[in-house]
Amino acid sequence: MGNMKVDKELIKNVASLARLELTEAEVKKFVEDFKEILKSFSVIEKVDTKGLEGAFHSIELKNRLRDDLVEESLSQEEALANTEHKKDGYFKGPKAI
Amino acid sequence: MKASDFVTQIRNGDIDVVEHTKKILEEVKKINKEYHYLTVISEKEAIEQAKSIAKNPAGKLAGLPVTLKDAICLKGIETTAGSRILQGYKPTFDATVAARIKKEGGIIIGKTSQDEFGFGAFSVNVGIGFEKPLNPFDKHRSTGGSSGGSGGISQKVHFPHISLGESTGGSIVNPASFCGVFGLCPTYGRVSRYGLLDYSNSLDKIGPMGKYAEDIALMMEVISGFDENESTCSDKPVDEYTKHVGADVSGMKVGIIKEGFAASNEEVTRHCRNAITALEGLGVECKEISVPTAIKYGIPTYYLLSTSEASTNLAKYCGMRYGKHEKLEGGFNDYFTKVRSKNLGQEAKRRIMLGTFARMAGYRDAYYMKAAAVRAKIIQEYKKAFKEFDALVCPTVSVLPPRFDEIDKFKVVDHYNMDNLTVGPNLAGIPHLNVPVGFEKELPVGLMIIGDHFDEKTLIGLGSALEGK
Repeated sequence: MGNMKVDKELIKNVASLARLELTEAEVKKFVEDFKEILKSFSVIEKVDTKGLEGAFHSIELKNRLRDDLVEESLSQEEALANTEHKKDGYFKGPKAI
Repeated sequence: MKASDFVTQIRNGDIDVVEHTKKILEEVKKINKEYHYLTVISEKEAIEQAKSIAKNPAGKLAGLPVTLKDAICLKGIETTAGSRILQGYKPTFDATVAARIKKEGGIIIGKTSQDEFGFGAFSVNVGIGFEKPLNPFDKHRSTGGSSGGSGGISQKVHFPHISLGESTGGSIVNPASFCGVFGLCPTYGRVSRYGLLDYSNSLDKIGPMGKYAEDIALMMEVISGFDENESTCSDKPVDEYTKHVGADVSGMKVGIIKEGFAASNEEVTRHCRNAITALEGLGVECKEISVPTAIKYGIPTYYLLSTSEASTNLAKYCGMRYGKHEKLEGGFNDYFTKVRSKNLGQEAKRRIMLGTFARMAGYRDAYYMKAAAVRAKIIQEYKKAFKEFDALVCPTVSVLPPRFDEIDKFKVVDHYNMDNLTVGPNLAGIPHLNVPVGFEKELPVGLMIIGDHFDEKTLIGLGSALEGK
């Protein structure tokens, strides 16, 4: 982990996956940051976790389902209340194709 | 004055709730100009609420001024989690905690400033266009973070008041410590997260901050408990926390986390040791204990897991349905990329990218899965400790509140390492309380008391025992 090669290409690829466009200055800064962070984080390689299953929550969670009944929900007007981009009762989005 | 005494006076008609609300709003506006604790002051709504309480002064919080961290949705009031990408978003519903506060007569006067989406330990990572909150004891220093506005206003105001903060890796106890107030991060699942703009959904917890242990207990009684709108919210019965304020603590066993003291500076440890001596004077049995993995390996574990979740949770912010919009042009990816790149701050970008990286094909096992396994080990160590002890203690933050010019020189990992004492209990989802235990160079020092899952009442008992000592 500590020896991970971090370069501009990696940072640009990660940014693209996260739908972020970085300036050249940001790319340069994030290359340095990632090197520093990953070097520092590499210590967890040393932790003996043999036989341990990963914990994705801290308490035991129950799978809980509500009765399948029609209940009050957001009106169309409320759902669209916070968008600037709407038309004929729908959200208007950018071109898909 | 404690919140409960104030509420009694409101109910008895000794205080005019409308006049009081108007008066405190003026005080808040004045403080806010100087210290930047609130992103929004909901003046009109607060006065309306006060008028309705004047007619029927019922409820556990009748007439009490309350503030909410900006990440908590409040119907009709701009809610942004401190980020420009959510500018203009006015929720059409109340978060469960907000609804419960209103139901009990609490008057919500505004939203508190924070690191953008909770991404920070100093409240300096505020979103684009926001102002950072200033420490109530020294304006050149940090309030702590990420619930910095909640910590600052809780200390600074002269009227009874409780704030709700939110913690993912330490964001309640850290600012509580730097601002010299009580702050309780409850067990994961004790308080509903419905209506909380999430950072990391397996770690986020909402909890109270305020001047008195009893205020914390009172607010916990209001906001805790099952919520059918939130699948991770526990249906365990809620304790009567206020009954544990001032409870007899003699005979309790408290473990002193040695790694927590070793990692803290001399000034902080001295005050925390004094508090332990005070507990011993009350008949508490205190003994050193080692919880090795949490402090040594907690930081990478926490950051790899929390940023992985954050990168997914923040994917929904794309300028279409709410928040900041841009001119609709180009394809989906062009538009989303433009909105996100223009409106997210540097730390938000950094954490989204770190989380995206940690879950990428080829790296997932080495980073994300490894961190999840270390988290399991950390949980086991705490659970083992609670077989022997009722609670554990160590300093809340290892240093005194730093100055902004010192923070400016910190590297990214220095920022992250500031959470070294608080990420452990957050990863384990166990409750932890900051108790103000003294002043050094006129700056507050906090002791963190950590309890087993759903044992907030023990923390309230121990915390209140130290109050004013």
